[in-house]
Amino acid sequence: MSDAANHITLTIDGVEVSVEAGTTLLQAAEHAGVVVPHYCYHPGIPSRPAQCRMCLVEIEGQPKLQPSCVFPAGDGMVVHTTSETAETARKSVIEFLLLNHPLDCPICDAAGQCMLQDYAFETGQLRSRYAEAKLVLGRDRVADDILYFGDRCIVCTRCVRFMEDLAGDNALVVAQRGHKAYIDTFPGKDLDHAFRGNIVDVCPVGALVHEDFVFKARAWDMDSSPGICPGCSTGCNVEINVKENQIVRTKPRLNPDVNSYWMCDHGRRILVMANRGVRAEAPMIRQGGELEPASWNEALSWVAEKLSDSSGVAVVSAGASNEALFYTRALLDRLGIQGGTFQVEQGEEVTLTGFPRLKLRADRAPNVRGAELHDFRLSEELPEVSDGATLVVLGDALSGAAADYGANAGFFLYIGSHLVPAARNATAILPAATVPETEGTFVNYEGRVQRFHRALRSPGVARPSWMFLSRLLEHLGGPSGVREIGDAFAVMATDTAGMHGLTWSGLGLRGELLSEAGQPAVAAE
Amino acid sequence: MGYPYSHDLEVGTLLSRHFGNEKARTLEGWKELGGYATLPKALEMDPDAITEVVKNSGLRGRGGAGFPTGVKWSFMPKEPSGAHYLCCNADESEPGAFKDREILRWVPHLLIEGCLIAARAIRAEHVYIYVRGEFFPFSAILRDAVVEAYEDGYVGQNILGSGWNCDVTVHLGAGAYIAGEETGLMSSLMGGRAEPWIKPPFPAQSGAFGRPTTVNNVETLAAVPMILAEGADWYRQWGTEKSPGTKLWCCSGHLERPGTYELPLGVNLRDVIYEVCGGAPDGKKIKAVIPGGSSTAMLTAEELDCSGCYEGMAEAGSALGTASPIVMNEDTNIVQAMRRIAQFYAHESCGQCVQCREGTSWTAKILHRIEEGDGTVEDIDTLYHLCEQMTGRTICPLADSVVFPLLSSLDKFRDEYDALIKR
Repeated sequence: MSDAANHITLTIDGVEVSVEAGTTLLQAAEHAGVVVPHYCYHPGIPSRPAQCRMCLVEIEGQPKLQPSCVFPAGDGMVVHTTSETAETARKSVIEFLLLNHPLDCPICDAAGQCMLQDYAFETGQLRSRYAEAKLVLGRDRVADDILYFGDRCIVCTRCVRFMEDLAGDNALVVAQRGHKAYIDTFPGKDLDHAFRGNIVDVCPVGALVHEDFVFKARAWDMDSSPGICPGCSTGCNVEINVKENQIVRTKPRLNPDVNSYWMCDHGRRILVMANRGVRAEAPMIRQGGELEPASWNEALSWVAEKLSDSSGVAVVSAGASNEALFYTRALLDRLGIQGGTFQVEQGEEVTLTGFPRLKLRADRAPNVRGAELHDFRLSEELPEVSDGATLVVLGDALSGAAADYGANAGFFLYIGSHLVPAARNATAILPAATVPETEGTFVNYEGRVQRFHRALRSPGVARPSWMFLSRLLEHLGGPSGVREIGDAFAVMATDTAGMHGLTWSGLGLRGELLSEAGQPAVAAE
Repeated sequence: MGYPYSHDLEVGTLLSRHFGNEKARTLEGWKELGGYATLPKALEMDPDAITEVVKNSGLRGRGGAGFPTGVKWSFMPKEPSGAHYLCCNADESEPGAFKDREILRWVPHLLIEGCLIAARAIRAEHVYIYVRGEFFPFSAILRDAVVEAYEDGYVGQNILGSGWNCDVTVHLGAGAYIAGEETGLMSSLMGGRAEPWIKPPFPAQSGAFGRPTTVNNVETLAAVPMILAEGADWYRQWGTEKSPGTKLWCCSGHLERPGTYELPLGVNLRDVIYEVCGGAPDGKKIKAVIPGGSSTAMLTAEELDCSGCYEGMAEAGSALGTASPIVMNEDTNIVQAMRRIAQFYAHESCGQCVQCREGTSWTAKILHRIEEGDGTVEDIDTLYHLCEQMTGRTICPLADSVVFPLLSSLDKFRDEYDALIKR
């Protein structure tokens, strides 16, 4: 593939760069460290209409400026992206785009993250020569949850082409033509595709906005953390936007091996929902028949004292991190409890046809493979608890359980982030941080171990499960507890088949596949 | 019989010979007039030999660009790996042009025969005749002719017993200027919006339905049967070295005898306007002429002494285009005329390229303001700037189409703009 014959050398803005034959000038420029401004081109959308004319560059020997997004790099080519002609043309495109564009940046959700705003600022035209009345298109709704601000639209057609090329659903079209052109749904069709939310992400301006985000946060008011979507077993890489310790938006984060530039709408909603409900904010222990708050030290020594080797059962969640599952397994081992089960909600599978490895998968949990790796097994039923036995629950909401589930247990340890109804029977509740409140890893459907980062602060004294479970083990006579996620991961990687050799820092932001030892006998897909 | 006028300069024996003769519309009548005589010859020829004859004849595309037809055909793959298509461009959307519709309505079988021969040459087995959306009556005549040709075995399976199959489909567009641009035409034919696409891929590599395609104008294809019948040298007796043959001239505007005339290429434009069409009526003087359809540069009355051929018109600073002179007399308000042209292109811009989408409508609005007496001196600078930024910056030449007349009107009739601009 990479033999010299397939390589061509060209000069872009004075930088000599060698690229594979067939590379476009825009991509070649990236290799040379030159960003060519563009709107209609999107690296994840195959069709390239070259219509925004923003990426026009000057090529020596070519009479006309050429769109670098489609023009193939040629051997010996000398390209100028910032020559006077190219700059003037680009400046002119900005002027054209601003003719009818409203000056509503102060209330536009894209402000601060807007390619039009950025380039307009860069070219620095302070006054418009446009003396005519601006066209007014107003606001419309293109989907149940997506608004279209027609005045802001620059008709780059990225949204239309996402639906056509990636979703395979021609629900969006350009209506009208010329300066009256705007985006609309195809007559008689609804934009209800499970991946429709991506049209908002690809919009280079503020024309398409999720209704649940509109006017909610300014770009500069939000913090952003890399996360993994917990919506299904795909494990889409996401960027979590947080304002005042609340998740206000989830956007896909590029990972060519998993989700490319995309994610589904189910995933977008699920993280925002994660902080709802009544949280467990402090450890609680049952004293005198009532659950009473306690300090961590008090609670952990109390639990360690009361827990004893006995027969018992465990229920975990496939939404818990590997680290939490690993330390839960360690606790169960210490108590002599075998097995343990988890439930997984099932849903309809939807494929993004233009990038078919990306699916909203039927298993609506992020860490099914991780739970299996730690010897928990899928079960549709909650285990029966025999009188006086130990019950350990990690993260499962025990929905559908009888009101007195676990009440007959000798010791019912509930480890979770929320005060779910079933927890009222617990002997002790240890408050856990939710996934966006902690760091850790998931194993996705194909065995890719992926890291997620912390996006939120936990309420009260809730802590990551792996952290307090390792301390509980210390109380039970195990090694000293871990305080850093990297240490927790290292202990787990040493002890878990398939994870040998993986390191926390080595996983980076793209993740790594489990080794063969971690793969099931029959491939999952 | 002259149609509807005739003149000594008019050749009148080639394309337009049977214009006005209803007999020519029916297959029976057409055969009596000598129709479909060349097709059997073409069926016996090697496809490349047909292309060679057309190449030697020097026939150039009559849709406006003037690209050599035989050369265009030679770009098609010689060994088909699947379907090839011929698209006949009958969109005729250029304001000022009204020649293709005359061929469609008077000699539809001439066009069909031309299409079949061309299809044979480019190894296509399906011809799409893309007819402008507004051409209801003309497309009905053409459709009747195609049906007749199918019935008599000139079109369809095993044509004239040769074993060669070729279908002809008449497709009515939905009415968009840009469907006359070849890639816009194919986009529309495939069921999409008439949006031109960036080349490469060129149509001969990947055109309609992703297959190698050639797009030719109606007048071009109608000239093919006679060239093949009589030979390349015969065709070269008309016209110039670089622009051989005859051309249908569509003369409109302030003229004594406007109309479609078949004249040899290289005819003097002044003669076309004053001799053939009788100049402006009521003894008025001519102020300006847009010689090749609305998208070409204006000429003043003093500049009309030029050769009416591709190279001659380019030399005169304009273009032959579709050979459709629009004549404006001394009473014409050039700013108003230019505003109307700009408004047309603003309306017809497909809206893909930013310069065209925004530039055409901005141009029209500025011109409108000047026309209303609200213009400023800066507007002239802005118009010049727009001309610069709308030239050669877009996928197709629609934006350039405004620039040619606009720039020439600014250069040549600046006094008219100045007179309207408040001092």
